[in-house]
Amino acid sequence: MNNSQSKRKPYVRDVKKDWWLKNRFYSFYMLREFTCVFAAIYVVILLWGLLRLSQGQVAFEGWLNALHSPVAIVFHILALIAMLYHAKTWFALAPKATRLFKGEELFPEKPIVLSQYIALAVVFMVVLAIFII
Amino acid sequence: MRRSDEPIYWGLFGAGGVVCAMLLPALILVTGILIPLGVLDPGKMDYAHVHAFVTSWYGFIITLVVIIFPIWHAMHRIYHGLHDLGVRTTRLHHYLCYGFAFFVSAATFVLLIQMCGS
Repeated sequence: MNNSQSKRKPYVRDVKKDWWLKNRFYSFYMLREFTCVFAAIYVVILLWGLLRLSQGQVAFEGWLNALHSPVAIVFHILALIAMLYHAKTWFALAPKATRLFKGEELFPEKPIVLSQYIALAVVFMVVLAIFII
Repeated sequence: MRRSDEPIYWGLFGAGGVVCAMLLPALILVTGILIPLGVLDPGKMDYAHVHAFVTSWYGFIITLVVIIFPIWHAMHRIYHGLHDLGVRTTRLHHYLCYGFAFFVSAATFVLLIQMCGS
């Protein structure tokens, strides 16, 4: 946020809209940032379902039927891919955000990243089990 | 100088990042793909099941966690992403982004409380 009360006119460098397309690293950075749009839409769909749920059975079944539409299915497939990509970047980032020490040395990154993938696999199995059993 | 409110948003952003990475993939797969396609029993997501779930104490908490943290995560990224897209953000952008996250959070909470009461 720009909280500046200054009267001076600073030089503002122009930002080209496509700067992130010129370099692979920046493109993947923007892709990572863009995954959050899918997360936002998905939780708004869930909130919409909650609203329909509160309006009774008929309303809720209307929401369930809407999830059957091809557009909804395609959206959820894209959202799943986006969240898995987000997960990959998030897991890689975790050991850099919280720097754990083993004695004098930094704790190695690999086991931290790997343990998160194992946790994700466990969550997948638990959620699937809840809906199958 | 006014104390920055950024740590609060960053905390919510971090919590949301964890929920998006750990819980949303499995939830999207089940609620948005496997059940609508009929791979899993749609009876598990009918009115009675879902209503019983969200009005149980654990379902209440899980529903709040699954909706609220990701929306703060997403709106935080969108707000800071505006800068990357060349938008010179103002207070209005800030209020719109975090205001929307607050609205979604409040609506979730109110709907859950309302359903627990009825």
